[in-house]
Amino acid sequence: MARITAGVASSHVPLLGVAVDQGKTRDDYFGPIFAGYDWTREWEKAEKPDVVILVYNDHASAFDANIIPTFAIGCGELYKPADEGWGPRSVPDVEGHADLAWHIAQSLILDDFDMTIINEMDVDHGLTVPLSMMFGTPDKWPCKVVPLAVNVVTYPVPSGNRCWALGEAIARAVESFPEDLNVQIWGTGGMSHQLQGPRAGLLNREWDNTFLDLLESDGEEARFIPHIEYLRETGSEGIEMVMWLIMRGALGRKVNRLHRHYHIPCSNTAIGHLVLEPA
Amino acid sequence: MKQDIHEYLAELEDIPGTRVFTAKRARAGYHLNQFAMSLMKAENRERWKADERKYLDEWPMSADQKAAILARDYNKCLDLGGNVYFLAKVFSTDGLSFAEAVSTMTDMTFPEYRDMMLNGGRPAAGNRSIKGGY
Repeated sequence: MARITAGVASSHVPLLGVAVDQGKTRDDYFGPIFAGYDWTREWEKAEKPDVVILVYNDHASAFDANIIPTFAIGCGELYKPADEGWGPRSVPDVEGHADLAWHIAQSLILDDFDMTIINEMDVDHGLTVPLSMMFGTPDKWPCKVVPLAVNVVTYPVPSGNRCWALGEAIARAVESFPEDLNVQIWGTGGMSHQLQGPRAGLLNREWDNTFLDLLESDGEEARFIPHIEYLRETGSEGIEMVMWLIMRGALGRKVNRLHRHYHIPCSNTAIGHLVLEPA
Repeated sequence: MKQDIHEYLAELEDIPGTRVFTAKRARAGYHLNQFAMSLMKAENRERWKADERKYLDEWPMSADQKAAILARDYNKCLDLGGNVYFLAKVFSTDGLSFAEAVSTMTDMTFPEYRDMMLNGGRPAAGNRSIKGGY
């Protein structure tokens, strides 16, 4: 049987990808950020997940303003890094796990989550930066990926509670997949940041750390944080943190924290990173 | 429904210096954002760089939207329905980093903005609510 063995949360700031691609990860600016991922890179080498369900948001790369799926699951065989305006990142192509992805898609729909199914798409920094942070710079990514894209751009975005419930449904779907697979679920984006308007640059160390605390607990409180609180406290793009709740919802009520890292700033953003396992 | 939709939408307008990308803005900015999106293709970037005005005129955008893009007035673009992830295709094509482009929407120079970020960013205190002033 397939099983979800761990959950990982991480920011996915595009500048982190630039730092990796230009070999700057140990300089004065990026060193403290990447040092917080050293533990995870070693841990991933030992864990050797077969598949990562990677919850992220597309930043106007695969989806334009025309079609806006709230929850979309990649059921294809292969995804190429997107050209986001400066040419595609020179990272390996991302191999899908079509069997598991289609199984999850079907299970979720029968479980009342009306997913959008994607067969072909390019994947942007939202998906490739977390892979770089967790796996470094291999010639080939060490696992297959099921991309799960969430609309966190056009309002209303899904509620935290809905994201949490989707995570629970994903866990049920994975558990009913007959093949023996070690599956991780990653929630990406955040933490506090605002990329627009005169209030740009807002960061909130205190709120972010309370959110991390809540995810380490049973998470009930985090699940019901309204959109307006994310917007007021963590900036307009801090809303990405609802995607962390999909990861957290998939892990069950109790979790053990294996690793935690927080750093300000990276470009416009507060970096947060958490590794949890179901207790 | 857990919350009245009008109350929900009204709250989104109560954040200082912020244009939440609501359906209303998404509708107003549709062609502006689709234009920006087109710059993801290298051949379109070349045509855009060769003659910005001519390229813009291929899109059914308002005169205000075109002027705001030509002036790289990103706050104006937000007012007219632009979204920063779409506008990012324009400033990436210009060779600007995200931080530098974002800083142009504030009242700071880029070095001032960078310093603010290194010192912990803009505080939430006093920046949460227009009506509440907290």
